[in-house]
Amino acid sequence: MAEPLLRVERLTKRFGGVVASDDITLDVEPCELHAIIGPNGAGKTTLIGQLAGEIAPDAGCIRFDGHEITALRTDRRSARGLARSFQVTSLFLDFTALDNVALAVQAHAGHSFLFWRDARGDPALRDPARAALARVGLGARADMVVSEMSHGEHRLLELAMALATGPRLLLLDEPMAGLGPEESARVVTLLRTLKQEVAILLIEHDMEAVFALADRITVLFYGRIIASGPPDAIRRDAEVRKAYLGGQATGSRDG
Amino acid sequence: MLYFIEQCLNGVQLGMLLFLLAAGLTLVFGIMDLVNLAHGSLYMVGAYFAATFAALTGSFVAGAALALVATLVVGMAVEVIAIRRLYGRDHLDHVLGTFGLILFFNELVRLIWGPAGMTLPLPAEMLTAVQVLPGIYYPAYRLVIILTTLAVAVLLYLLVMRTRIGMLIRAGASNREMVGALGINIKLLYTLVFGLGAALAGFAGLMQAPILTVQIGMGENILILAFVVIIIGGVGSIRGALVAAIFVGLVDTIGRAFLPDLLRAFLSDNAASTLGSSLSSMMIYMLMAAVLVVRPEGLFPASGR
Amino acid sequence: MTAPLNPRNAVVIAVLALLALLPVYCALAGNTFLLSLFTRIVILALAAVSLNLMMGFGGMVSFGHAVYLGIGGYVVGILAKEGVGSGFVQWPLALAVCGVFALAVGVLSLRTRGVYFIMITLAFAQMAYYVAGGLERYGGDDGLTINKRSAFGGAIDLANRTQFYYLCLALLLATVYLVWRLVNSRFGLVIQGVRSNERRMRAIGFPILRYKLVCFVISGVICGLAGVLLANHTHFISPAIMHWTRSGDLIVMAVLGGMGSVAGPVIGAVALLVLEEALSRVTEYWPIILGPLILLVVLYARGGIDAILARLGRG
Repeated sequence: MAEPLLRVERLTKRFGGVVASDDITLDVEPCELHAIIGPNGAGKTTLIGQLAGEIAPDAGCIRFDGHEITALRTDRRSARGLARSFQVTSLFLDFTALDNVALAVQAHAGHSFLFWRDARGDPALRDPARAALARVGLGARADMVVSEMSHGEHRLLELAMALATGPRLLLLDEPMAGLGPEESARVVTLLRTLKQEVAILLIEHDMEAVFALADRITVLFYGRIIASGPPDAIRRDAEVRKAYLGGQATGSRDG
Repeated sequence: MLYFIEQCLNGVQLGMLLFLLAAGLTLVFGIMDLVNLAHGSLYMVGAYFAATFAALTGSFVAGAALALVATLVVGMAVEVIAIRRLYGRDHLDHVLGTFGLILFFNELVRLIWGPAGMTLPLPAEMLTAVQVLPGIYYPAYRLVIILTTLAVAVLLYLLVMRTRIGMLIRAGASNREMVGALGINIKLLYTLVFGLGAALAGFAGLMQAPILTVQIGMGENILILAFVVIIIGGVGSIRGALVAAIFVGLVDTIGRAFLPDLLRAFLSDNAASTLGSSLSSMMIYMLMAAVLVVRPEGLFPASGR
Repeated sequence: MTAPLNPRNAVVIAVLALLALLPVYCALAGNTFLLSLFTRIVILALAAVSLNLMMGFGGMVSFGHAVYLGIGGYVVGILAKEGVGSGFVQWPLALAVCGVFALAVGVLSLRTRGVYFIMITLAFAQMAYYVAGGLERYGGDDGLTINKRSAFGGAIDLANRTQFYYLCLALLLATVYLVWRLVNSRFGLVIQGVRSNERRMRAIGFPILRYKLVCFVISGVICGLAGVLLANHTHFISPAIMHWTRSGDLIVMAVLGGMGSVAGPVIGAVALLVLEEALSRVTEYWPIILGPLILLVVLYARGGIDAILARLGRG
């Protein structure tokens, strides 16, 4: 079988006495949705941080598309097709939604040492941006200033920006956090179609969504992987139940 | 060799003065996250008060003590009236706001004391040279500076590490809301911290007054050095400020003393003294630039105080 | 920048009209002082615009920007003293030196942010200040007199005050226009994005250091042009122009006018310098008023005159 798109081997990260990532090995195939679940504090966001290039692991290696990227800068990883959405929304607040997404498009449209022409009037940037916004359902909000948008719209915008960079792998950190049922359903539908085009590594608390979408689920518990496999296997796994799902209703939503 | 030792002592003495300034600056920056450019103004005010009170009372020590109190009061007044409105804002706001305060203070001093500087004469005993080591004599007053500032450093350490108020200071730095929620009056705490910083600055100002200068704008020149010290030492770290201050004091003093001579080996006399004085002025900044490039958080980043 | 006639645009237009017609008034009234004052204002406005490109749009607050006023001026002064009086040589060389200096400082400084960036840019400016003070041959601390303004053959006579003023004004207007285009170009959006959310910019794939560096250099070169003009205007150059308090003045101009627009600093420069001039006639201790005024602007009018006018326009 061909090498997976993303391969993480023995990734380890310590913060003082806390082991945030403990010898993590996993992979993501092209056009697969691999979900990561685990209680808060399990080290999921730290994992994303290392995959995205913001946090340097203490040990282990990360391979993307056959190349080692462990020491590669964040922007270079994005250039290679690794896109990431943030758990705590990180957007350009004083700009419009369209401006935000257009910047993401611009980052992958060659260099930006162009000093004269009005970038906001450039269809090569604006059209793909509008398309990405439409895809997440924010088409009507394109000209709204981000600081005036709702939290739910921010989450969708995060998704649109990740999409606009034309990625091969999406690292999504709780994209549905704080979304209402309608918006969540929309995202689930979107991800279902998306996973036919790109690989997705999804961190989520929304169990309904996770079990509906995932081809594989990996369970993190205090930095360690305690189970990994197809959704059915995970549902039945005793360890997992004890650590995470046990005693809780499934389909927990934030807020 | 004697000259070298003397210059080393001078370097330490300069370093200790810088430490006083830097300690106040780093406390305020570390605890209230405030960049205070007007810190140099408090240094200047301390010197002017000391010169005035010493002349009035006829005693250097009395003048110094009164000046210290006066500077403390001025510092706290400035915090209540102006500084506290800047907490939580952008660093640019701090820089600009306190820049305005510098203009204000320089002009106020000019209004009250006139444009010509002042002098602060020393009692006769202080002027004699004291034998520090066999064969090595050093002016008594400079020794006094080193010893008193060392004492202040120890007191400061004890205050921050061993007293209840010091604990509040350290706690306030890491979690403002929590300390406030515990019923501690955070506003008062900040005023006191700022006042402490002002007193330290004023103390530095009045201590250096007899041997260096009492003039308008004296704060600005040394303030930059103080910032260099806290950047090299690590913002918020008093220990870092001490080490960095002595280091900076030594580098600056020894550089100025020996660099021109060193250059004379390679260049003409004229070129050597010109280049020498420029280079030695620049050395501290080059040091800071080097630290910022290699280790931006400073030598002792503020996990330890 | 759609332009209905709101208060803010009205003020900008009024100021531009004032600046354009000033020499006519001065010629008629025989007032050379006013012309000289406003030449200085226009030149410093140019410097403030250059700073704001970096600071207001790029989020890079430099407390050492006045160093380029000095470098530009010193290149002109030094060349003039050494017998090279042609503006065609002096000016490009001054801009080139500024560019190189900015590149070197930028490479070292742009790794830092926030207050560290402020301090390191201040430090580099101080270094230049001391180096200039050590140039015995060129006046040292006392400065260097420049007897003749840059010569441009028959093209323009800088010794003619009115011609010189209009040259400065033309350069200011051209710069404002160019900066406006730049700010809205792809490059400009990158710079603004960096100011808005650096982490996000990296995440979407921008190698931000190189863009910050180019912005830094452009700012420095434009300010160098202001330095060249200033040296010509005052027939003098000294290290004092590079002192960090001069950099503070430039920041005040930008903030006072409004950091969010290209023309804001022009308003700020006019406002600050006219205010200084007016206050100095009231009392010789005018900084006592100006200092707290700056603090008040920072506390209550952070968006500058721009923001105040915008609020008037809305409400």
